[in-house]
Amino acid sequence: MAMLHTVNKSPFERNSLNSCLTKSKEGSSILLIEDAVVGALKGTIVADKLSAAIANKNVYVLGSDLNTRGFTEADILDGIKTVDYAGFVDLVAEHSNVQSWL
Amino acid sequence: MKFTLLINEGPYQHQASDTAYQFAKAALEKGHEIYRVFFYNDGVNNATRLAIPPQDDRNITENWAALAKEHELDMVVCIAAAQRRGMLDADEAGRQGKDADNIHPAFHISGLGQLVEGAIQADRLITFGD
Repeated sequence: MAMLHTVNKSPFERNSLNSCLTKSKEGSSILLIEDAVVGALKGTIVADKLSAAIANKNVYVLGSDLNTRGFTEADILDGIKTVDYAGFVDLVAEHSNVQSWL
Repeated sequence: MKFTLLINEGPYQHQASDTAYQFAKAALEKGHEIYRVFFYNDGVNNATRLAIPPQDDRNITENWAALAKEHELDMVVCIAAAQRRGMLDADEAGRQGKDADNIHPAFHISGLGQLVEGAIQADRLITFGD
């Protein structure tokens, strides 16, 4: 089973999303939570890098954290799936282990 | 499935403790087991029984305590991290000659071995931090 990576800080504040995108393997999954949800938005300087990751990794965003910050699914890159906390739990269960990029 | 949660961030700092709490609630609702919640580094501050957040705000410590009571959660505070930050239960306060204690009774103090054991016994270890 593949690894689940979680990122919880904005890519405009820290480098953890970039580290995660660089180090995570093809077929693994990345879940953006908390302030990291802004990394999923269209038209930012990290959008190209994230779009490239979507081609060979599963990218998810925690919907409630996205909505809390005033964004909706219409604002995020195509190919990123939205999950709720129950979906977060399922992702943890479905992957062999979890790497939190702090 | 059994989960152990590691919380490294204090309450009302960013969002880690809130995320961990929502995750724990969702996991329990789905029938999973929370084997242990381990509070480490600034995360030990989640265990204070003296916090008084505004009435229209969430009470993070009481939320954890209520969830622990309902599901008999094992909530462990790292002793070394706690003592550095002035977090003491009544026993430790007595032992250290301090005149006050502040750890909520829903939490208990133990060592880092409990994190290792929690990681071994659970199917997944999930870290929530800063």
